[in-house]
Amino acid sequence: MIREPITAPGPGRRHRRSFWSLLGEQAVEAAIRLSGISAIVFVLAIFFFIFREAAPVLFSEQFDPIEFLFSVQWYPTSAVDVRYGTLALTAGTAGVTLLAMALAVPFGLGAAIFVSEFCGPRVKETLKVVIELLAAIPSVVWGFVALTVLSRLMVEYTSAPVGVNMLNGGIILALMSVPIIVSIGEDALRAVPDSYREAAVAMGATRWQLVFRVLLPAARHGLLAAVLLGVGRAVGETMAVLMATGHAVHVPHGILDSVRTLTANIAAELGEAPAGSEHYRILFLTGIQLFAITFAVNLAADLVVRGTRRR
Amino acid sequence: MRTDAQPRVAAGPDGRPPFAETAYGRRKLRQESAARAVFLAMTLLMVAPLVAIVAHLVVEAWPALSLEFLLDVPRNRMTEGGIWSALVGTIYLVAISLAVAAPIGVLAAVYLNEYAKDTWFNRIINLAVINLAGVPSIVHALFGLGAFVYAARFGFSVMAASLTLAIMTLPVIIASTREALAAVPTAFREACWNVGASRWQTIRGVVLPNSISGILTGIILQVSRAAGETAPVMFTGAVLYKAVERGSLFPYYLDDQCMALSMHLYVLTTQVPNVAHAIPYATAVVLLGSVLLVNAAAIGLRVWLRNRKRW
Repeated sequence: MIREPITAPGPGRRHRRSFWSLLGEQAVEAAIRLSGISAIVFVLAIFFFIFREAAPVLFSEQFDPIEFLFSVQWYPTSAVDVRYGTLALTAGTAGVTLLAMALAVPFGLGAAIFVSEFCGPRVKETLKVVIELLAAIPSVVWGFVALTVLSRLMVEYTSAPVGVNMLNGGIILALMSVPIIVSIGEDALRAVPDSYREAAVAMGATRWQLVFRVLLPAARHGLLAAVLLGVGRAVGETMAVLMATGHAVHVPHGILDSVRTLTANIAAELGEAPAGSEHYRILFLTGIQLFAITFAVNLAADLVVRGTRRR
Repeated sequence: MRTDAQPRVAAGPDGRPPFAETAYGRRKLRQESAARAVFLAMTLLMVAPLVAIVAHLVVEAWPALSLEFLLDVPRNRMTEGGIWSALVGTIYLVAISLAVAAPIGVLAAVYLNEYAKDTWFNRIINLAVINLAGVPSIVHALFGLGAFVYAARFGFSVMAASLTLAIMTLPVIIASTREALAAVPTAFREACWNVGASRWQTIRGVVLPNSISGILTGIILQVSRAAGETAPVMFTGAVLYKAVERGSLFPYYLDDQCMALSMHLYVLTTQVPNVAHAIPYATAVVLLGSVLLVNAAAIGLRVWLRNRKRW
């Protein structure tokens, strides 16, 4: 139905908008509503098209989901005994992500606290710009740095036989996920009401006590969300880990082992797997696995943030 | 109430002046500066890599960097020459993807911020946007391959790669545009409605003009993100090498495959033997430099427009 807004209600003279103007408005509003649902359409489309490529192997008889998830044997191109077990890849992803978070969480939260509580407005603006620039560095450049600079340092200063290993990937991923942790963590700290700070200072608390006894407990949900989003970024990162972690498909025993992650595995093998082959479809299946992991992590982060907002 | 704390403030019988330093006060000060130093160190450790990486890359790349490097095409099995074919390919991919993603993203944000009421359906849209933003880039690559390359029969082409990039940048454009729209005070809208304007007239006449700076900043930031992405274009349209004329402005058609700067860097580092030492570094510097420049420009624009804001 075309609504007629009343414009300029003069005595006896009502201005009417032309038919075309009203029609144009209807068209634009239709386009807006259509775009509004586009996000849902695209999420469903992503799932549908990846599932469509993976489905034939998923519903075939020789496919064994237990072996797929829990076997460490990944021999996709073997001539005699083809095996598709992703446990080693999942372990690689988990290992690199854990290592990255062990480095990124303390530094990221420390930096968030510094930016939010310890520096003046000018330094704060500068640091925020630097963090934004750090977040903008493309992952392939990080991968390049890992491969050229960091791997040389690895061989020189550790006992690692090769420079591309889990530690290398962990450091690079930590550097990549720190900006996200800092910016979301800073938001969370800023959301703590100033009256909390004033109350703590009035009680004679030092800034150290203020941070650990008041701010961290008050902002813990937001900080947890920041960490979860950092985890999401680390799990999903592809090019940097592809170039930094080496290419050994096995469950890592130490931090200087070469590993391969789920993401890097797809990137490394998708080019060689002929379209429509079993290997190709299995790679799409690992894509679904990855989609599910990041979906869960992001959903958790969203729920945590929503929980704080409702309180 | 503790009353024995009082002598600390007033002049004591021992003749000490009031407000003199006490051992307790000194400890508090020490603790405070220690806290400051620790957090400052954490922040610096995060900022230092940015400076170190940029400096190292520029130093190593210096011999190869010139205007000729930008304009020349790769020669002699990509071991010499320049990067023009990759540079122009990236410009194509970014321009087309943003031409698709920006209108849809802005309209979707308008819907979410101006039209949507708090219903379950709109909450699902929000959830979809958040999850779309968290989908790993390699999963976008799988989607692009399944949907655009095979199902839509675009083949490996500029078109398929750009559309994949467009879907990847969409959620971030929606989020940043929404933020810009939400920053426009509700009173502006109410004033406009009160003189009889319809919803769309209000958006076009009041909301969009007042938020255009924030919207543009968000879109510009996506230019750098799209330029840096490797995995989504690697499997949907970017190739190792494509012969292009030196300095040619229109080397690719929509259904051609193209080269991309990010992928070129990956290929130079991992797959091409005997590349002149400075060339990968110079490629990384061009990629990193353009990304950081675009980001700095967006940040500058934001600061400039914020200072000009009248409310």
